[in-house]
Amino acid sequence: MDYFDRFAIPHPSPAIYASMVAIGLTMIAIVIGLTYFKKWGYLWSEWLTTVDHKRIGIMYLIAALLMLFRGGVDALMMRAQTAVPDNKLLDAQHYNEVFTTHGVVMIIFMAMPFIYALMNFVVPLQIGARDVAFPRLNALSFWLFFMGAMLFNISFVIGGSPDAGWTSYFPLAGNDFSQSVGTNYYMLSIQIAGIGTLISGINFITTIFRMRAPGMKLMKMPMFTWTTLITNAIVVFAFPVLTIALLLGTMDRLFGAHIFSMTNGGMDMLWANLFWVWGHPEVYILILPAFGIYSEVISTFSRRNLYGYKSMVASIVIISFFSFLVWMHHFYTMGQGPLSNSIFSITTMAIAIPTGIKIFNWLLTMRKGKIKFTVPMLYSVGFIPIFTIGGVTGVMLGMASADYQYHNTMFLVAHFHYTIIPGVVFAMLAGLTYWWPKMFGFMLSERIGKWAFWFIAIGTNVAFFPMFFTGLDGQARRMYTYSEATGFGPLNMLSFVGAIGLAIGFALIVYNIYYSVRYASRDIGSDPWDARTLEWATQTPVQSYNFARTPQVDSIEALWDLKRNGKPVFQGEIEKIHMPNSSGMPFIMSCIFFAWGFSLIFSMWIPAIITTIAIFACMAHRSFEKDDGHYISVEEIKATEKDWEVLNDENR
Amino acid sequence: MIKKWSFLSLVVGLFAILAGCEPLLVLDPKGPQAETTANVIWISIATMAIVVAAVFGLMAYVVFKYRASKQSEDYEPPHIEGNPIIETIIVAIPVIIIIFLSIVTVKSTYEVEATPKGYEDQKPLIVYASSSDWKWHFSYPEENIETVNYLYIPTDRALEFRLYSYGPITSFWIPQLGGQKYAMSDMITTLHLAADVPGEYMGRNANFSGKGFAENIFHVKAMSPEEFDKWVEDVKANAEPLTEEKFDELLKPGHLGQLTFSGTHLGFLPPPEGHHHGSHETNDDEHGSEHAHAHEDVDTDHSGH
Repeated sequence: MDYFDRFAIPHPSPAIYASMVAIGLTMIAIVIGLTYFKKWGYLWSEWLTTVDHKRIGIMYLIAALLMLFRGGVDALMMRAQTAVPDNKLLDAQHYNEVFTTHGVVMIIFMAMPFIYALMNFVVPLQIGARDVAFPRLNALSFWLFFMGAMLFNISFVIGGSPDAGWTSYFPLAGNDFSQSVGTNYYMLSIQIAGIGTLISGINFITTIFRMRAPGMKLMKMPMFTWTTLITNAIVVFAFPVLTIALLLGTMDRLFGAHIFSMTNGGMDMLWANLFWVWGHPEVYILILPAFGIYSEVISTFSRRNLYGYKSMVASIVIISFFSFLVWMHHFYTMGQGPLSNSIFSITTMAIAIPTGIKIFNWLLTMRKGKIKFTVPMLYSVGFIPIFTIGGVTGVMLGMASADYQYHNTMFLVAHFHYTIIPGVVFAMLAGLTYWWPKMFGFMLSERIGKWAFWFIAIGTNVAFFPMFFTGLDGQARRMYTYSEATGFGPLNMLSFVGAIGLAIGFALIVYNIYYSVRYASRDIGSDPWDARTLEWATQTPVQSYNFARTPQVDSIEALWDLKRNGKPVFQGEIEKIHMPNSSGMPFIMSCIFFAWGFSLIFSMWIPAIITTIAIFACMAHRSFEKDDGHYISVEEIKATEKDWEVLNDENR
Repeated sequence: MIKKWSFLSLVVGLFAILAGCEPLLVLDPKGPQAETTANVIWISIATMAIVVAAVFGLMAYVVFKYRASKQSEDYEPPHIEGNPIIETIIVAIPVIIIIFLSIVTVKSTYEVEATPKGYEDQKPLIVYASSSDWKWHFSYPEENIETVNYLYIPTDRALEFRLYSYGPITSFWIPQLGGQKYAMSDMITTLHLAADVPGEYMGRNANFSGKGFAENIFHVKAMSPEEFDKWVEDVKANAEPLTEEKFDELLKPGHLGQLTFSGTHLGFLPPPEGHHHGSHETNDDEHGSEHAHAHEDVDTDHSGH
């Protein structure tokens, strides 16, 4: 291949040229807009250099929502293509690229930032801390993720998208069968984002272990904090495997190593194993924070404490442990024999037990409660039946002998969408709606939110339930088309209708944000849901230092005890507060990472060497930099707290 | 609850649509292995239906009974930490269900990974099924014939497929005869099937393998042993021989129709039956008539990976 051909799109189409133009125009519009409104300084000092966990959380959120729509458009294209037999909307190559990017974007660049958005915003508030343990690393995490995501997203206009599936199995993803730079994008952009995630994992574990408010023992942490802790423990154990797998894959792709190749002693199954040793825990990285969110939401809107707190904690710990012992169920059909398949079947099905405990505990929390069906609660209640279907089909898939028939079919696709959509997407939307007022100082419209919920809940079932049947009827996944004789047509059309329902639901969420920005009341107080945990004991919007006085905690539901039983939380004199300084370094270093990744993708060795040196220079700079942060004086705190404290005393 | 009803009507509606259709391939078995998996699937659906009914029922009860609009203004929900008896029940029942399903799984997994029940005493028909982008090659070593993209098999005889690939990982799958198994480039995997009923079945590669994946289908025809023998004789007499040059040409990426040859490629391009990854040159001495030897390798070929 001629060197410059690598930059061209291998399979151009009018849609891709149109998106090139659209991307170009959007970027010009952003630059002109920022210049015209003189916002460059504001953007730099308030956002690009911020180390405030709340702002980083909001930036994660914006990125996640953008990626949700990118991945959603991919999904719509796939369902449109397969809606009728022998459709010519997309050709095989485009379809392969679309389902690959759909998977990668949704898991790595949508679900992951979404959970980190909520963790970042909520966890320090929930444990009564002023920030995370390493604020500047936190900024670096975000910017590495963001640059990884951007790098991945430019693939479809420069050089071509990866096309070997989100699992990127070798040898299909190797140089022999995948000649464009697409898979290089996969290897390097996920690597960059993955380093960010790994740093976040260490950061949050340290934060939760070291920075809890006085009196908040481990068994007095709110459930979302618990799930965050366990999730990040999984991150720290699982992500290094991904780092190494991607590194080995990069070696194969860029330097002609034969680690996963078909010849010279390469082992293609090694990739599958490494990928899923990370990939299965990754599923629980996504679902555990969701479980935490449901626990908070269900408890708040049932006006009851969480039932079976101890068994909830035990079950997430057990789930995290088992999540590392089931990876082989992703390829029972690799021929490893009945013994190992039997063992992995049993470990897989065993995960249903702690998960079942959680479902029953949520139901028992609602029992004897006073249930208010707000939008977050609707998502949480809607989650239970839909996720149960996902869960029981998961048990069915876990049975090795039967899996020989489900594997690689639409049955599997139906199953994992039945778990990921209620398990992650519903939870993120519930969490988003629930914590939105704390983030932005106004509430989202309940009326529009309920419409969106019904479209999404019904759309999910209409889109994915038919796939259980087409799968059992022999429709393999990832087929760009099928003949009319197969009889898959009508059910695939039904799926497409469901996908449109989902699209309407998400469009309504966007409209809801627009509508609420314009019309929602700003006078909502600091605790509009009558919630139970510490994050609602802050001002709205939350001050940069979160809490003027460090809270003293004596129960799982500190705020509820304050409100109902008058147990004091904030005591003592206001003292000066030590806060970290903003820094441009994380952003600059991540930009260099972007250039580094881009250089490697296209085998541009000189820029790759320069950027590698620059990355180390950034780290050295940080090592020798003196930065002791700054203090906020007592007078300043008293001035900002004055109005709120008065209000607070009146209310309580 | 609009949602509940719309969901239920959706399920009922789907079953109504499907009732009018052909039975689903996986649940319409034509051989002992597929029958075993179909039974496992039905057992699991029945068991899981109990779980679903329990969760849905409990949820409907809780959601209807304890909604705020049904309660008095001043009702204040109690503080309940938990209850050891209830928590034991919600652990014990799932444990019993999982133990039951584990027994079913282990038993059936060993069954479908061995020679089909009732066929243990007879010599199986060995077929080497290899995939290349995006075709299937079927070599019948004992009959010394080879086909491309179609597979003729005798009924009432154990079939032993030796799977490997000349390209990306593929998965050999005939839903009505049994589950699938991967075909990979550096080792052979073995799949045991059998057909009870004569007929034509769909076979395909189920594992995504690139641009031509969707059309990577093969046609399976099960016929009586007499008919099968007649077909073999016919091929031997009439089909052109498979040469090394011809086979190289067949391996090139693309789709081919159905082709028939006398002779197999196993002679000049032996399958990866050794323990060494990708070392095609080392097993020159074990191909050809040494199938018995090769067979032993197949049974143990995964221990080293």
